[in-house]
Amino acid sequence: MASKPIVSDEYQYGFNDGDVAVLKFARGLSRQTVEEISRIKKEPKWMLDFRLHALDVFFKKPMPTWGANLEALNFDDIVYYVKPSENQGRTWEDVPQAIKDTFERLGIPEAERKFLAGVSAQYESEVVYHSIREDLKEKGIIFTDTDSALREYPELFREYFGTVIPPEDNKFAALNSAVWSGGSFVYIPKGVRADIPLQAYFRINSENMGQFERTLIIAEEDSFGHYVEGCTAPIYSSESLHSAVVEIIVKDRARMRYTTVQNWAPNVYNLVTKRAVAYRDATMEWVDGNIGSKVTMKYPSVYMVGEGAKGMVLSIAVAGKGQHQDTGSKMIHAAPHTTSTIVSKSISQHGGKTTYRGLVHFAPNATESKANVKCDTLIMDDESTSDTIPYSEVSNANVQMEHEATVTKVSEEALFYLTSRGLSEEEATRMIVMGFIEPFTRELPMEFAVEMNRLIKFEMEGAIG
Amino acid sequence: MATPVLEINDLHIAVEDKEILRGLSLTVKGGEVHAIMGPNGTGKTSLAQTLMGHPRYLVTGGSIRLDGQDVVAMRPDERARAGLFLAMQYPSEISGVTTANFLRAAINARREDGRQISLKEFRDQLDQVMNFLEMDPKFANRYLNEGFSGGEKKRNEILQMLMLKPRIAILDEIDSGLDIDAIKIVAKGVNSLKGPEFGALIITHYQRILDYVRPDFVHIMVDGLIVKSGGPELAEELDRKGYDWVRSELAEARRQA
Repeated sequence: MASKPIVSDEYQYGFNDGDVAVLKFARGLSRQTVEEISRIKKEPKWMLDFRLHALDVFFKKPMPTWGANLEALNFDDIVYYVKPSENQGRTWEDVPQAIKDTFERLGIPEAERKFLAGVSAQYESEVVYHSIREDLKEKGIIFTDTDSALREYPELFREYFGTVIPPEDNKFAALNSAVWSGGSFVYIPKGVRADIPLQAYFRINSENMGQFERTLIIAEEDSFGHYVEGCTAPIYSSESLHSAVVEIIVKDRARMRYTTVQNWAPNVYNLVTKRAVAYRDATMEWVDGNIGSKVTMKYPSVYMVGEGAKGMVLSIAVAGKGQHQDTGSKMIHAAPHTTSTIVSKSISQHGGKTTYRGLVHFAPNATESKANVKCDTLIMDDESTSDTIPYSEVSNANVQMEHEATVTKVSEEALFYLTSRGLSEEEATRMIVMGFIEPFTRELPMEFAVEMNRLIKFEMEGAIG
Repeated sequence: MATPVLEINDLHIAVEDKEILRGLSLTVKGGEVHAIMGPNGTGKTSLAQTLMGHPRYLVTGGSIRLDGQDVVAMRPDERARAGLFLAMQYPSEISGVTTANFLRAAINARREDGRQISLKEFRDQLDQVMNFLEMDPKFANRYLNEGFSGGEKKRNEILQMLMLKPRIAILDEIDSGLDIDAIKIVAKGVNSLKGPEFGALIITHYQRILDYVRPDFVHIMVDGLIVKSGGPELAEELDRKGYDWVRSELAEARRQA
């Protein structure tokens, strides 16, 4: 019984809307590009200075060579800024029809009607539609796009922006810092609980369009929030680049969860820096799903700087033909009694490659801290591969570290068992795959879990039918 | 539906060039319970897996027909939908898939689009059958066979059989590792299906389960062949005299031939 691919090479969201942009930059990156972006956005001088400094850092830093192959990525071939509509729509009616059609196809704002807390939809570089439920607004929660936040909450913004991930952190963080546009800004005041998820959607439409959104989330003491993001991009023949930065600050006893399911077109370079700082007894949870893209390099991190802080990463990666998912996590234990958990699940098929790359670091003061890493890989056929590269740095003798890794193939016995009950081989394979990722889908909000299952089902049908 | 007929005629099977069955013939009809008994390593499980279409076993000669239809040409899922069921000796563990979801998918695989079982109808049936088999309702929401004890796995196989209502069921050592109370429950499950539209082939090493599921025919299998057939009294005789009795009889017969 040969195993069948679970994700087809057909990309479900591979439609495009024609060119709807009102302003599109020429390809390539220079000081002028950055100045122009800042000028159009009417930014304060400190932000322009920040961008220009970041650009210098970007030019100086060499390309990283330790991870996935980035040789085919040409920075001169990328469009760094596209403005899709004159103004941000306040109501859905204000959004141009072509963009509206796209989001309708993606299920927004249909999703919003299902009682989500708020929806922010980003198209190309700018947020085109944004709303937040009134009751959350009244509690003092801010959920807006990052550009508006810079204008409307300048002091709050400046206090935290770039503090978790400075431009010097890595080449792609520097690039994002230089040309960032859009993204979400979330602020949850002290003691406030946002008990329904805040949602954002991103989409790249233009060919060779880089998308450099920048998200900043601040959870004040004793607060709670759940931010959810989904991403899609249509198919183009030449490469697109997505390089986001997500910074999260989780203060004492607060709890923040960030959930994303990304389903990029198979020609997108998805190079993202995501990091959270967790203070005393705070909890940060990343739930991170990576389907599609040509190359993904993404390692959501938690810096546990306060005693008793907790970090969690639960991720899945699916790599198909010509795709490399190089994903994992960094857990930095920088205070006593901190706890981290990494659960990484990956599926490779059709010649795809998955790499788990993770770091667990115990600082000298991380007494009585614990880390648990679990990596499970499901390999669907003989052409596909997977690697597990775990690093650990331990500078304190009084810590606990567990690591467990499994690699499984879809077994003949399991397929026989399921098909002997009447399921077709295709259904049986899908059931095994769904079961494998169930620990992940279980953590998704209902709408996303349904979407996730539908996506895998759809793509498998496409692959076999 | 008509009375099912499973005809196995002069069946030869091999695994990696090694011959396992050497011309086995057997017919199981609706309303009948057959038992195949035999020592370990004699090809009983290979027969069961071959009947269900396990890809490891190659049919090198003879035929298997269900109601006249060629079974050998069918995939395992087609055999299942035609009414065959195999309760396995070592059921697979499927992580992340609950027993209930799996069973519902298996039932729906037998139905046409638009005639799928409703969630309520399914839950009602499942509750009823689990209650009948004295199973904890929590069982339904556990992942299929994952972390189940040997006995729980066997009971789960019977649960599946009762839910899927096969026409011919093959039970491969369903009694192994079970205590007497568990055997009684398994037997109760099999007996509840008895009727003209259901035939059973019970493969076992011991006579014990046959005290609770009364067979109409007993066959003794040695070295890939059925060497002796009879009524239920044969099982009792075998239990008293042991397999050595069969072997020596066999040797005697060969000497005379």
